[in-house]
Amino acid sequence: MTPQTDWLAQSIEMIREAKATGQSLRFEGFGSKNFYGQPPTAASRLLSTRAYSGIVDYDPTELVVVVKSGTPITELESVLSQSGQMLAFEPPRFGGLGSAGGMIATGLSGPRRLSAGAAKDFILGITMVDTQCVQLRFGGTVMKNVAGYDLSRLNTGAMGILGLLVDLSLKVLPKPPAEETIEFEVNAKESIDWVNAWGGKPYPISATCWISGRLFVRLSGAFAAVRAAKEKMGGQLLSDSKANPFWVGIRDHSDGFFSLDSDDPDTALWRISVPTASAHITGLMDAQCIEWGGGLRWIKTSAPAQQIREIARALGGHATLFRTVHPEMRARIGAFSEISPAIMKIHQRLKQELDPNSIFNPGRLIAGL
Amino acid sequence: MNAPRELHLGELRFSDYTQPIDSEKRNALIQTLSAIVPSASLLTAPEALRPYECDGLAGYRQLPAVVVLPTEESQVVAILKAAHRMDVPVVARGAGTGLSGGAMPHRGGIVLSLARFKSILSIDPVSRTARVQPGVRNAAISEAAAPFGLYYAPDPSSQIACSIGGNVAENSGGVHCLKYGLTVHNVLRVRAITIEGDVIELGSEALDSPGLDCLSTMIGSEGMLAVTTEVTVRLIPKPQLARVIMASFDDVEKSGAAVANLIAAGIIPAGLEMMDQKTTAAVEEFVHAGYDLNAQAILLCESDGTPEEVEEEIVRMKEVLAQNGATDMRVSESEDERLRFWSGRKNAFPAAGRVAADYYCMDGTIPRRRLGEMLKRISEMEKKYNLGCMNVFHAGDGNLHPLILFDVSNPGEFHRAELFGAEILELCVEFGGTVTGEHGVGIEKINSMCVQFSPEERIGFFAVKRAFDPVGLLNPGKAIPTLSRCAEYGRMHVHHGALKFKELPRF
Repeated sequence: MTPQTDWLAQSIEMIREAKATGQSLRFEGFGSKNFYGQPPTAASRLLSTRAYSGIVDYDPTELVVVVKSGTPITELESVLSQSGQMLAFEPPRFGGLGSAGGMIATGLSGPRRLSAGAAKDFILGITMVDTQCVQLRFGGTVMKNVAGYDLSRLNTGAMGILGLLVDLSLKVLPKPPAEETIEFEVNAKESIDWVNAWGGKPYPISATCWISGRLFVRLSGAFAAVRAAKEKMGGQLLSDSKANPFWVGIRDHSDGFFSLDSDDPDTALWRISVPTASAHITGLMDAQCIEWGGGLRWIKTSAPAQQIREIARALGGHATLFRTVHPEMRARIGAFSEISPAIMKIHQRLKQELDPNSIFNPGRLIAGL
Repeated sequence: MNAPRELHLGELRFSDYTQPIDSEKRNALIQTLSAIVPSASLLTAPEALRPYECDGLAGYRQLPAVVVLPTEESQVVAILKAAHRMDVPVVARGAGTGLSGGAMPHRGGIVLSLARFKSILSIDPVSRTARVQPGVRNAAISEAAAPFGLYYAPDPSSQIACSIGGNVAENSGGVHCLKYGLTVHNVLRVRAITIEGDVIELGSEALDSPGLDCLSTMIGSEGMLAVTTEVTVRLIPKPQLARVIMASFDDVEKSGAAVANLIAAGIIPAGLEMMDQKTTAAVEEFVHAGYDLNAQAILLCESDGTPEEVEEEIVRMKEVLAQNGATDMRVSESEDERLRFWSGRKNAFPAAGRVAADYYCMDGTIPRRRLGEMLKRISEMEKKYNLGCMNVFHAGDGNLHPLILFDVSNPGEFHRAELFGAEILELCVEFGGTVTGEHGVGIEKINSMCVQFSPEERIGFFAVKRAFDPVGLLNPGKAIPTLSRCAEYGRMHVHHGALKFKELPRF
């Protein structure tokens, strides 16, 4: 046996053991997103995907890559890059790390989400191990596939509570021929109006970010389109040597804005997702960073969770307690906004049906599931 | 490595929807529904039920017990609760244009038509979204958004008639979905009612939602999880210009290579469609688009965007097409000409209807690199089944629509067409593709699902079904075959033309 088939056999054995002994498992690649979501159950046993790494299949002309769950995102991207392609949802890699499995299990997307779509828009298929220790394959390696319910997307962002992700089939896209970033001095409120107005025009905007009184807009596409938009929109052109690290800093949260002060344990980083044209959120005595054409508001604040969640709810969105100084705050407050009782009923049944022994990452998405 | 599992766990308890409803129960049902909707919204006479006996797949027909056409969401809730209480199956129906029998009624069941839910509730040009009721036609959304320079991107060929509720049920695509995505990429939120009468909000007008992605699960679920009562879609700016290149090839494999190399060159065309010679001959007679009748294959390759973008992209596209042996290329010089170039592709189905008494449209998807091989195998099958086949192809995303030509009045031809189709679908699965790219499984491809998915995978689907619909009353018997149905299919199964134990006499 190769180390790789070994990994699968061992993982299946671990699931079997967990089931027999009433234990639970927690899945981990690099652990770079352990801070995200509900904290794992302390008693659960670690199942690492690190040993299961590599590209299974990649044909650039198909725009599809199949990758093992333990593959580093950086490795995957460098393979795609050699053929001029990319993961268009620009997945974050916190601390420079992250695995393909964690990328899909969290479903997190970066700045290009605004134009290209989210992780869930690029998953084409998965293989997974279920609670009966059987390998299942859903979706596939083709763009259009409506055979059966979409369990690939259901597992994207599920925080691993429905099964162990093994191989992931992803749609990839060519890198844009041209990319430029322009910068404007503008206040937060106006920046939201601007980006929404631009959204209705045929400008090739791939990302927006308002931070510290400045709005950064990245244009990506055909040379002529980028050039024409730049002329119409105005602003200051940023050199590539400045623009590239800027977007990486926003994507990976390596920008200073996202770090918390350990002397101020009450201040947390909130991720507030709202309809793009929602009004500027004020009154939280906060620092803000606004991405996704207004759809994503990062707020550093010590305001009470209830107040923040109510603001998000009233705007038609939700608020995630993204980073805290002390992990216990996540357990106490809950990482995610509550879902409605009718939707909760469906969640409970899905978990009961797909993981009746509660083996897979219990509590990682929603307490009790 | 895989342990045997308790297969019985996956079986869903179905009401026996193939049985007629007894008259006492039917009367009770009519009485219950009469208390919910006015009499004009309840159809019970056989001649009134007749138009609902099938959808776009007319070969499969079934009269329902009743058809109900509510106008209010509260009525939908009450109807579903009543069905639940009385143990009666329900199929939701939009415009009835589906091609896989997904909206075919159940004997003894309710057809719940959403045809009267046809209001566009709001269009927000700033956030670029539209909130619409499920009976709104796909094209009507773009028409309503046009004054703001916006449109709804997914454009299934039936877009002038099909409803957005049906698009959600089927995850409809269209000729532009390589660049702009399917329904699932363009719907932000669905409001729906479960069989238990719960109102559920899936997704939201924000770009994501907490919890599991139930929205994506609902989209493409063929009406088996919940009944849609409202949809929020994303609108995008209408491209200022679109131009299409019509390229001829003297060899089908070369056109396949051209498709692959366009993508490899980093180009995502707005549309990329292929027609084989038989198709161009049939449509040219019909639409007079000026197709090159000597070409073995024609590619339609579209660029859209700003005039600057289109100009740049057309140059790059022509380069790649020329390098791959295009024998002739014409670029549309006006919107009229662009539409004329497309007219043949859009009329491939009616053209098939002119050259043959009947046709059977397949919908498999394969990895693009297998296209040449697939077309070769299809031409072998034409000989084997002694039936013709026209090939149209969403080449950009690997979605094939072979149109198998037959005449139902010739004994045995329909059966041969079905076997021909099943063999194409099996080949799609063997090539790493799928039995349905955009038309859905419905009732039509249910046996082919047994080939694509293992019993354990189908159990996974039923787990999802039960989580939304524990009693199995929403559109039962569609999309996901039961284990016993697959067992039966397996017994009769002709695998790649070779019967097992072929020396044994059969039938």
